[in-house]
Amino acid sequence: MASEKQKRIRNFSIIAHIDHGKSTLADRLIEKTGTLTKREMEEQVLDDMDLERERGITIKSRAVRLIYKHTDGKEYILNLIDTPGHVDFNYEVSRSLAACEGAILVVDATQGVQAQTLANCYLALDHNLEIVPVINKIDLASADPDETKREIEDIIGLDASDAPLISAKVGIGIDDVFKAIIDKIPYPQGNSDEPLQALIFDSLYDSYKGVIAHIRIVQGTLKNGMKIKMMSTGKEFDVTEIGIFTPNMVPVGSLEAGEVGYVAASMKDVRDTRVGDTITNADNPSKSSLPGYRPAVPMVFCGIYPSDGAKYPELKDALEKLQLNDAALSFEPETSAALGFGFRCGFLGLLHMEVVQERLEREYDLDLVTTAPSVIYKVMKTDGTLLELTNPTNLPDPSEISYMEEPIVSTTIITPSDYTGPIMELCQGRRGVFKDMKYLEEKRVMLHYEMPLNEIIYDFFDALKSRTKGYASLDYELSGYKESELVKLDILLNGELVDALSMIVPSERAYARGRSIAVKLKEVIPRQLFEIPIQAAIGSKIIARETVKALRKDVLAKCYGGDISRKKKLLEKQKEGKKKMRKIGSVELPPEAFMEVLKID
Amino acid sequence: MEKLGLYIHIPFCKSKCFYCDFNSYSGKDYLQERYVDSLIAELKFREPIIEKSGISTIYIGGGTPTYLNNIAFKKLFSYLKRYYRSGVEYSCEANPGTLNKEKLSILKENGVNRLSIGLQSWNDDILKRLGRIHNVYDFIENYDSARKIGFDNINVDIMFSIQGQTMSDFENTLDNVCNMNPEHISCYGLIIEDGTLFGERYKNGELKEVDEDTDRAMYYTAVEKLRKAGYLRYEISNFAKSNYECRHNIIYWDTRHYLGIGAGAHSYIGDVRFSNVTAPEKYIRLIENYKLPVADEEHLTTDDMMSEFMFMGLRMTKGVQFSDFKNRFGLDMENVYGKQIEKLQKYGLVKVNGNSLSLTDRGIDISNAVFVEFIR
Repeated sequence: MASEKQKRIRNFSIIAHIDHGKSTLADRLIEKTGTLTKREMEEQVLDDMDLERERGITIKSRAVRLIYKHTDGKEYILNLIDTPGHVDFNYEVSRSLAACEGAILVVDATQGVQAQTLANCYLALDHNLEIVPVINKIDLASADPDETKREIEDIIGLDASDAPLISAKVGIGIDDVFKAIIDKIPYPQGNSDEPLQALIFDSLYDSYKGVIAHIRIVQGTLKNGMKIKMMSTGKEFDVTEIGIFTPNMVPVGSLEAGEVGYVAASMKDVRDTRVGDTITNADNPSKSSLPGYRPAVPMVFCGIYPSDGAKYPELKDALEKLQLNDAALSFEPETSAALGFGFRCGFLGLLHMEVVQERLEREYDLDLVTTAPSVIYKVMKTDGTLLELTNPTNLPDPSEISYMEEPIVSTTIITPSDYTGPIMELCQGRRGVFKDMKYLEEKRVMLHYEMPLNEIIYDFFDALKSRTKGYASLDYELSGYKESELVKLDILLNGELVDALSMIVPSERAYARGRSIAVKLKEVIPRQLFEIPIQAAIGSKIIARETVKALRKDVLAKCYGGDISRKKKLLEKQKEGKKKMRKIGSVELPPEAFMEVLKID
Repeated sequence: MEKLGLYIHIPFCKSKCFYCDFNSYSGKDYLQERYVDSLIAELKFREPIIEKSGISTIYIGGGTPTYLNNIAFKKLFSYLKRYYRSGVEYSCEANPGTLNKEKLSILKENGVNRLSIGLQSWNDDILKRLGRIHNVYDFIENYDSARKIGFDNINVDIMFSIQGQTMSDFENTLDNVCNMNPEHISCYGLIIEDGTLFGERYKNGELKEVDEDTDRAMYYTAVEKLRKAGYLRYEISNFAKSNYECRHNIIYWDTRHYLGIGAGAHSYIGDVRFSNVTAPEKYIRLIENYKLPVADEEHLTTDDMMSEFMFMGLRMTKGVQFSDFKNRFGLDMENVYGKQIEKLQKYGLVKVNGNSLSLTDRGIDISNAVFVEFIR
């Protein structure tokens, strides 16, 4: 039986397409309940990473407890679990949703339903959540709330007739949102007297308290001093602190069924608190663990190397620390003839990859060289063994390969109908297979394509945005593997193979790709003391060749008189530029060259 | 204590040339007399160091020293006469549009023994496009007057890589200047600098850089023609008949000591480089308030000094001497720069000849890329 307290708890997430106002609505809810004082309040208050603020995105999930005094005079505990919006972070979203009974679906009244609105909505439905649609940005002149309601009903199939019409930015309709949360989202089930079952939906590492597990109590009660057990590993720990998020961590004595909070128990290893695991009472254990969720599977891989080889231990240390709070990040050591010691890292997608790179560079002050991202290819060898290839360099000799498979994703694109032509052209050019096209309304279309993942990971999103003036939205999910004719394309600079530039490409496109990469490299490699031949090769066959001419003129035929400092500064600046270069044999390569070669559009 | 080169800066011009990014101004003529007084005051302040070291060269540069009005001009040069001794090279820069017999005579009477005349081109259209205030005729007239008055050491500045300049324009300039038979010719490549009119036009896409092949072709045409006419290249851009090399500029390239007086002037004494404030008004105000006009000061480390020794010294055809390096720094150049020298030799950019290391022609073409190797 649910307690009175339990009946006044609501656990919910906010889901939305990127930029539809999720973080702003979270800000308003926090502000309105007086959870934070005006002084503590700032924009995107839950996104405390610099990177999140700059990019206006949420990367990490966060939780906050709000106390709201309802019109019935009672105080309700509303646990808001903030989630990322980008497709790369679906995994984070899914974890958070598992801790909730409901989700607020924010839809921008000027844009209507977008690809990630749908994707996030389906995720929420998968978790049997009550979805409460909210229509945002009604203060804008181009807002069309009626049309947006119709789309929510027609496309998603949710009743939007009494969806709150709000402007999170200016604070219109926020009370309606609270009302909808309390009236529509069910209170949590579960019995505080049962044996403990707590779901870990996130964890982070604190250098003082050890691993802090973010938990949702499903059954039973978690108390201070309790001996807890991780149900997947059987490891036991003594609870040192239990608390709630306000959003700062505030200790409490216990957490009961239905509540959301955190637990610290001197856990030193993040692997001991696997996200999705169930925590129980070691002295009175639950018979069963909760259904977890599938672990995050990295889909995109690239090599990350320190610019300065001596920084390898620092890079290792930084990756380990990042991994503490980012279970989806994987890495293992690798060596490259061109770049020395580094790591092959796995990511959920390209944004995840960029975010990790940026965090390494900023938070750990590292200069990195990143190699071309790759997907996991399945290589069936003639001896019957299967190789999962994450680094193109490791592709066996073609004579040892029976066949290869590459990952395929099912792609959803929502776009104004004017752009269907250019989008179809783009998808076809990327080996996309058309599945279907549906008119969402008179002027908006939803397209489905099956596409090789390696066609999407480089610059597909940018190409899509530029062809549709930014109007199209994209979502994709892995749908399986498919046999493909693939070859390894190598790049030679000054006659030396640069392993870090090797990539797997469809054989039908190898020539064109080889040529475009050679041309691109010619653009990005600065002229040097000597002439540099650039060659693209498949096996021993050269398929494209360009030349970076030797430096012709770099001379100050001018008299600066006694102003030698000025001359020196010019040379020092030139030297700084050189320092950033990565030396491959005798050739100096700008670090961005490794990514630049992929931008073929 | 080694003798100093003395540099004096005159920041005034009748009008600013379109390519010029030196510390010079038009429209500030009203400051001229106070400025000259300030120069004299600064010289008096620096008297102890001048006394102690002695002076081996004097160089009056600008701006346009010959643009000073008669009163200021006379006052400056009659004051400076006290630094002139026999054997001192005493140069003054001159613009053909601001010279006349009277000024030439004042210079001569006060000990100036070397004139440096900015001609730039033997083509009146090009001169106009550069924003020069004179024509070729002004140059010929003043050059002849200077010879008549007795100047027997004259430099002429010319320029290549000017937008719209053809190879034959440039050859014509070279031929005509050689015919005038000056003792020294400086031959500079035009550089489009930020903060100039050309820099603006470049940013707006109205002006393009002369392509590298043309630039190099012009440079080597100059080297060849001048060599045939008896002028030897002794520095990347400087050519002279034997024994007429500019000793003042060689002080810079040898990284020896000099004292700069005036707005924006640079000095290098001991292990300190310092420079004065650039704005003439500010310079005057500081001096008039008995304050030092120094804006910047840099104490050089041994690494700095070695870097400068290399990248300044290598500008000269004779290059840098291994023995000089050892004497100066107590270290062997091979030990400090062995790897760099070996690499640059491999690419044919420098050559070793007995005691000296110097640039090859190809090394001159990309000398900045060579110099970068020596920055520590």
